[in-house]
Amino acid sequence: MTVTSPTVPAPSGAPAPSPGPVRAAQTWLYRRVWARLAALLALPLTWLVLIYLVPLALLFVTALWTTDSFTGLLVREVSLDNYREILTEPAFLLTVLRTVLVAAAVTVACGLIALPMGFFMSRVASPRWRPLLLALVLTPLWAAYLVKVYAWRTILSPSGPAADVLGWVGLSPPGYGLGAVVVVLTYLWLPYMILPVYTALSAMPESLVDAAADLGARPWRTFRDVMLPVIWPALVAGSVFTFSLSLGDYITVQLVGGTRQMLGNVVYQNFSVNLPFAAAMATLPVVVMVGYLLAVRRTGALENL
Amino acid sequence: MSHPRLLKMAALASGVALLAAACGGGDSGGEEATQAAGGEPALGGEPYPGPVGDETGTLNVLAWPGYAEDGSTDPAVDWVTPFEEETGCEVNVKVFATSNEAVQLFQTGQYDVVSASGDASLRLVYGELVQPVNLDLIPNYADVIDELKDQPWNSVDGVNYGVPHGRGANLLLYTLAEYPESPTSWADMWESDSPIAGQVSPYDDAIYIADAAVYLMATQPDLGIENPYALDQEQFDAAIALLEQQKPLVSEYWGDVVKQGQGLAAGTTLQSQGWQLTANLANGDAEVVGTTKPEEGATGWSDTWMIKKDTEVVDCAYKWLDHVISPEVNAQIAEWFGEAPANEKSCDLTENPDHCTLFHAQESDYWDNVYYWTTPTEQCLDGRTDVTCVAYDEWVQAWSALRSG
Repeated sequence: MTVTSPTVPAPSGAPAPSPGPVRAAQTWLYRRVWARLAALLALPLTWLVLIYLVPLALLFVTALWTTDSFTGLLVREVSLDNYREILTEPAFLLTVLRTVLVAAAVTVACGLIALPMGFFMSRVASPRWRPLLLALVLTPLWAAYLVKVYAWRTILSPSGPAADVLGWVGLSPPGYGLGAVVVVLTYLWLPYMILPVYTALSAMPESLVDAAADLGARPWRTFRDVMLPVIWPALVAGSVFTFSLSLGDYITVQLVGGTRQMLGNVVYQNFSVNLPFAAAMATLPVVVMVGYLLAVRRTGALENL
Repeated sequence: MSHPRLLKMAALASGVALLAAACGGGDSGGEEATQAAGGEPALGGEPYPGPVGDETGTLNVLAWPGYAEDGSTDPAVDWVTPFEEETGCEVNVKVFATSNEAVQLFQTGQYDVVSASGDASLRLVYGELVQPVNLDLIPNYADVIDELKDQPWNSVDGVNYGVPHGRGANLLLYTLAEYPESPTSWADMWESDSPIAGQVSPYDDAIYIADAAVYLMATQPDLGIENPYALDQEQFDAAIALLEQQKPLVSEYWGDVVKQGQGLAAGTTLQSQGWQLTANLANGDAEVVGTTKPEEGATGWSDTWMIKKDTEVVDCAYKWLDHVISPEVNAQIAEWFGEAPANEKSCDLTENPDHCTLFHAQESDYWDNVYYWTTPTEQCLDGRTDVTCVAYDEWVQAWSALRSG
């Protein structure tokens, strides 16, 4: 097939003036669909493969190796010892369970707070205030993670403000522990839940609520049968953030978790001395997350991210 | 707690994240190849023949908190800036909280010199991450206390891998409010009938298993522990059982001195194992924390400054080693951190003239029941050959299981 650009008519007989390099490249690309596609996809694909897939593959492969017990250098012999070690030590399984429960609790707490908050921001507050409210919800994200967690450490300390406030109503201070971890992680990840919920509620036509009211639905019924189905994908999308971020966190629990620790701490403790064991441990949240995402996909929420 | 400390912790934590990204990096493959081919010639290649020239550059220092102060913690405490002015080498300091962290960070290849405790130094040597040191190029080495020279944690087969920095014991830290009189035993940190249950704070690292072993040496002599780093399976299990017994007493395990100092100052922790540095920091405003070495003995450290194998700033590195063990600077460090200096001339230069007496710098007896951190190996370090000992990777795994339960 010969395609000549109509703007460069080749005078018959005379040799064609040599086109500039840009034009030549254009022509070359124009004739080859695969080359255009490759050029377009090269960058994102390289990123995806090199930054995400290769490390993940390395993680799975490393988990099958062992180490020299003294120097911590890798011994590249395939074995399932690391997994056996994890599956036969109840403490490690308990940590996995504890981590998943904390992540689930954080997700539920974020959802419970985000619903009324998103509702207020999108439908009750006057439109003039909405951008400001949105900005306020996002402000905590501007502060450094560690500063916030250290602040919470002070707030939750047995002689801190939280204990004072609870003391006024006759409650004993919660102190450091898993409860504190859930509170702090909920604080940290809440904006990631509020945003999708707010967006979904803003996009919901007012007429749906009106129609529900016209048909005699009371507020609870309207919420359950009209609003919840509309914002459900948004809730699930937000939960992917809160759940996965909580699953991987290991610093918050170090600072406010008392004697408790989570999955990330086990990885952190082991990775210099026994990298393969740490890798095996690190595959567990990957497995949990893949399971979660597969479940989420069925709700159709991934299209909402 | 002062703000700069907090920032340092932030830097530390972000370093961890960086490290996670870097740990798959290129260096390790080469190191392994060298080791596989490695024969008898000194691990880590030949020492630098010298002379130490005037080449400048950026020296990346990896140090325990308090070992390389540049004035950011306390403007008056600064021996990094004078070094920079004198040599023209620019210094970046990074602090770490545990020996494990030090090894992790050093493996990234981003640091030129490191202050390694005994539970890190040999791992660095055998991992071929550090180079032998030519002591002739370090004039101040001559004044180092003989007891610290040519020790198993700083030299291998007669080859020196660094210069001694100083030593100390991991002390019992207690609040003066609860203990007007200094305790004489670790018992309140270990025994299940402890009067301070729920307010004990142990060190959050696998090497703390050795502290349990030290206590067992005194309380259960029939276990036959000679060296807390050479534990056969039975002795090791006993140490873990003791740590399990301690667990209900623990308020939290400490991983950084800020957190530990806060706990002691706030009274949520009444006893803790740790360093004089923490007590000094907690006592900034008022005297609230005391320290002692209990009668059962203690673990401790004898640290070594080491140089990265292929550092590009070898001149700066040698000058740094000479700088930190110079009589003046070694005195400053020893006093700031709260440890015994390595340089015997430092004892005349401390601000508190009694510092060396206080920290027993030249008093050999004091150190008899201080067990310096070292890396446990399968081959028992106490010389037993009829059993194999529990190696360090199993210590780490057992520690992580203990902390996970």
